[in-house]
Amino acid sequence: MELEHVSHDHWSPILGRLWFDAIPMEPIVWATFAGVAVGGIALVAALTYFKLWGYLWKEWFTSVDHKKIGIMYMVLGLVMFVRGFADAIMMRLQQAMAFGGNEGYLNAHHFDQVFTAHGVIMIFFAAMPFVTGLMNYVVPLQIGARDVSFPFLNNFSFWMTTAGAVIIMMSLFLGEFGQTGWLAYPPLSGIAYSPWVGVDYWIWALQIAGVGTLLSGVNLVATIVKMRAPGMTMMRMPIFTWTALCTNILIVAAFPVLTAVLCMLSLDRYMGFNFFTNDFGGNSMMYVNLIWIWGHPEVYILILPLFGVFSEVTSTFSGKRLFGYSSMVYATMVITILSYVVWLHHFFTMGSGASVNSFFGITTMVISIPTGAKLFNWLFTMYRGRIRFELPMMWTVAFMLTFTIGGMTGVLLAVPPADFVLHNSLFLIAHFHNVIIGGVVFGVFAGINYWWPKAFGFKLDPFWGKVSFWMWVPGFYAAFMPLYVLGLMGVTRRMRMFDDPSLQPFFIVALLGAVMIAAGIGAMFVQFYVSIRNKEKLRDESGDPWDGRTLEWATSSPPPEYNFAFTPRVHDIDAWADMKRCGVTRPTQGFKAIHMPKSTATGVVLAGLSVGLGFAMIWYIWWLAIASFVGILGYGIFHTFNYKRDYHIPVEEVVETENTRTRQLAQAAA
Amino acid sequence: MADTQTRPEELAGKHMHASAHSHGHDEHDGAAHGSMREYVIGFLLSVVLTAVPFWLVMSGAIADKQATALVIMAFAIVQIVVHMIYFLHMNTKSEGGWTMMALIFTVIIVVIALSGSLWVMYHLNYNMMPSMSEMGQLP
Amino acid sequence: MTANTADARTVSAQVPDHGLSQEQLQEAFYDLDEHDHPEGGSTMLGFWIYLMSDCLIFAMLFAAYGVLGGNFAAGPGPKELFELPLIALNTAMLLFSSITYGFAMLAMEKGSVKGTQLWLLVTGFFGLCFLGIEIYEFTHLIMEGAGPWRSGFLTAFFSLVGTHGLHVTFGLIWLVTLVIQVGMKGLIPANKRRLMCLSLFWHFLDVIWIGVFTFVYLMGML
Repeated sequence: MELEHVSHDHWSPILGRLWFDAIPMEPIVWATFAGVAVGGIALVAALTYFKLWGYLWKEWFTSVDHKKIGIMYMVLGLVMFVRGFADAIMMRLQQAMAFGGNEGYLNAHHFDQVFTAHGVIMIFFAAMPFVTGLMNYVVPLQIGARDVSFPFLNNFSFWMTTAGAVIIMMSLFLGEFGQTGWLAYPPLSGIAYSPWVGVDYWIWALQIAGVGTLLSGVNLVATIVKMRAPGMTMMRMPIFTWTALCTNILIVAAFPVLTAVLCMLSLDRYMGFNFFTNDFGGNSMMYVNLIWIWGHPEVYILILPLFGVFSEVTSTFSGKRLFGYSSMVYATMVITILSYVVWLHHFFTMGSGASVNSFFGITTMVISIPTGAKLFNWLFTMYRGRIRFELPMMWTVAFMLTFTIGGMTGVLLAVPPADFVLHNSLFLIAHFHNVIIGGVVFGVFAGINYWWPKAFGFKLDPFWGKVSFWMWVPGFYAAFMPLYVLGLMGVTRRMRMFDDPSLQPFFIVALLGAVMIAAGIGAMFVQFYVSIRNKEKLRDESGDPWDGRTLEWATSSPPPEYNFAFTPRVHDIDAWADMKRCGVTRPTQGFKAIHMPKSTATGVVLAGLSVGLGFAMIWYIWWLAIASFVGILGYGIFHTFNYKRDYHIPVEEVVETENTRTRQLAQAAA
Repeated sequence: MADTQTRPEELAGKHMHASAHSHGHDEHDGAAHGSMREYVIGFLLSVVLTAVPFWLVMSGAIADKQATALVIMAFAIVQIVVHMIYFLHMNTKSEGGWTMMALIFTVIIVVIALSGSLWVMYHLNYNMMPSMSEMGQLP
Repeated sequence: MTANTADARTVSAQVPDHGLSQEQLQEAFYDLDEHDHPEGGSTMLGFWIYLMSDCLIFAMLFAAYGVLGGNFAAGPGPKELFELPLIALNTAMLLFSSITYGFAMLAMEKGSVKGTQLWLLVTGFFGLCFLGIEIYEFTHLIMEGAGPWRSGFLTAFFSLVGTHGLHVTFGLIWLVTLVIQVGMKGLIPANKRRLMCLSLFWHFLDVIWIGVFTFVYLMGML
């Protein structure tokens, strides 16, 4: 399986550089394509057969309901998570095989795309949608609001993120993806060394998804600031809402940096500018500097909301108010600011010298203090609590153990001299998987198990959830602890083959770990399936299955479109716990018509046109690029001429919904 | 339970205060408006604050280049503040102080990113590209 | 419901004897007399937050200019290229457009549709002049062989100034759209909100321009 060097210099006015040589010469890709095509056709056929298109379009795709958008984000995240994991296990298999002259089954060109795609997909199209999905679903409910500040923008943001995901998926079957690593450092990502479409796919997928992320950040900040229920002062907000606020502030202040840097790289590639080139006064080190100004806050964008999830879960399942609420809030704020002054630790070895390195080394170590404070808060919340080890709590405990190890290896890496030894090694890979899987992924699973009953009205099956948990957690340790050892022995990242046979056992253990994780992911899907099948048995009528403390548990499961028939008034932290303690019952009459935003197809249309724009730019199809750009602008302006964007849910409908809820509650009590 | 129990009188207080709480959703709470006077003052100040730096540089009135640079930077900062006050109507009260807070946060981040980048890149260039000063002569 | 939750529920159901009736409690804990929230209550804050994020894009371009600004690659530097009188004229255009936008806002507050449209068009005219001068400057530089591909300095210069110019262009498209919408619907709250957002955008571009003419043009000529 030798890499064939094909020169891709064909260009025509109609198709740009899209030609038959865009079909990858890889049997693995063909097999994948066949699988995806058959699956896709089956899905389309099923949707058509069951006449679901109209339902999906009306109730989901064009919906501006934050709950539905949140669920769609989670679905997108799950799909892309599976894709990213497929990349991961391919790499594990390759590295476990490729010893002693065996080249494994992936050629260099393919392997390089796989590790690039894995990183990009996991961060941008799995973790980000998960985090945004959780925030979208939960935040408005927690603050007692009926929707976000800008419901249309919310729908648009989701579809832009999806558009980016579509573009990255295209690269699998048409052309190639970048072979540069997930951050595409120049000069390798410059036009001189990556002349074909791989890096352009990367740029446009991120640029388009970035628009969505930024707008959803603006939206959620405005929502949290402006839409809180009466009485909910800042210091009475649930911790998850607090972390969501800080995360979205970070998004608003960090993603423009990514946008700007991607623009610069595009200008270099498309128009011969000299930002990061080797000649004509460009400076490729500046790229590394600028992209990490985005990159480090991004890490906290991912983890902060999950800190929020763990806080909610710990306090709910310990049956106690969170220990140290205000210290939790201040720790979150400190992390928000500090995350902007540590970016250089990603390139200690580039040669900034002692003073710069020590400054950033110290700030990096300092950031572990507020994080440590949080861990103690969770521990003290559990201390003398009545802990219920349900699935969300199990994931939380697994997080606390795992994240602490990851945090400590992070502090090791923060010491510049140690970093000179460990940088670019598998030790680093082990470290950030340790914090991202231990923190973000476990947190997302805790969140899914915690809020699933809220979203769908029934709990997830605990047996298969536990199977998933016990596959995942030991699987994680098996997969990544060997990498720490290998990294300490000096094995660098992104290697396709190895000479030293003594390393092979470690890679085989890591592969076994990955297989266990695969089983864990499989068990999770079985859990979803079994739970949906048994939903009547797992049904929760109360809307508050965990004895929750925050306002999302004050309404029915799933909540009505308008969330709350009467907006709650808040007098304390943990508003719902306060309401339960005071024994207030839900008002059952006096309902009014409710003012809500209308659905719109504009988000889908604009995102569709953006896919066209990205695709055209990647393949140099200039006419299509101009047409889609004009289309986006024109349709966007056209949309602003529509002034009727809201309607009232008639009072009869509200009364009917609420009466159903009253009967439901009576049944649950009986 | 570790929860502090709400005492009866507090709860009665809740009831009393509840109706006093109304939604603070005036449509215009965020938008401070300017008056003719403000716009004219802002405009005149901007004209002066623009003209002086241009004149300083074009005439070379201050011989020392560094001093000129400092002076025109000071003028720029003052003019930015003038625009903020007279054209953007920034104050600490609009939107409950959130616009001001957002601005301060942004300024902090911009300062960190700008000065940090320049500092880091200066060191990188110094250490890694010793021929940087000769770059000007390279093609 | 699991046994655990029921247990926890009993504990939390130990309601203190607060002596309030259920009606009083409901009134304390629910907004029973809620009115429709006026649409767009968050718009100004949301738009301001967006502008702050835009600030960061410019910060990156300024940073790039700061780093690459001295890399002439044996090509021309600022002193050979910049013409300050032209920049002064350009700056004047932007300043005029600022105060005329202010007049448009004053007309809007008086409720004058015609006055608002008129002042918007005057603002648009000055904006167009600004763009025209910038395009003249850019083509002139490119003709001289000092295009953005010539050196790191010129790359950073064209990107920074060009990005500002692009923002002005979008501002102009938006402005024309608003002139039409104000004509169609009058000064309804939605249109007023849009005019205020564009006002923020337009004055924000002024602030960026102060940075551009000071750091790029004036300091470059020192």
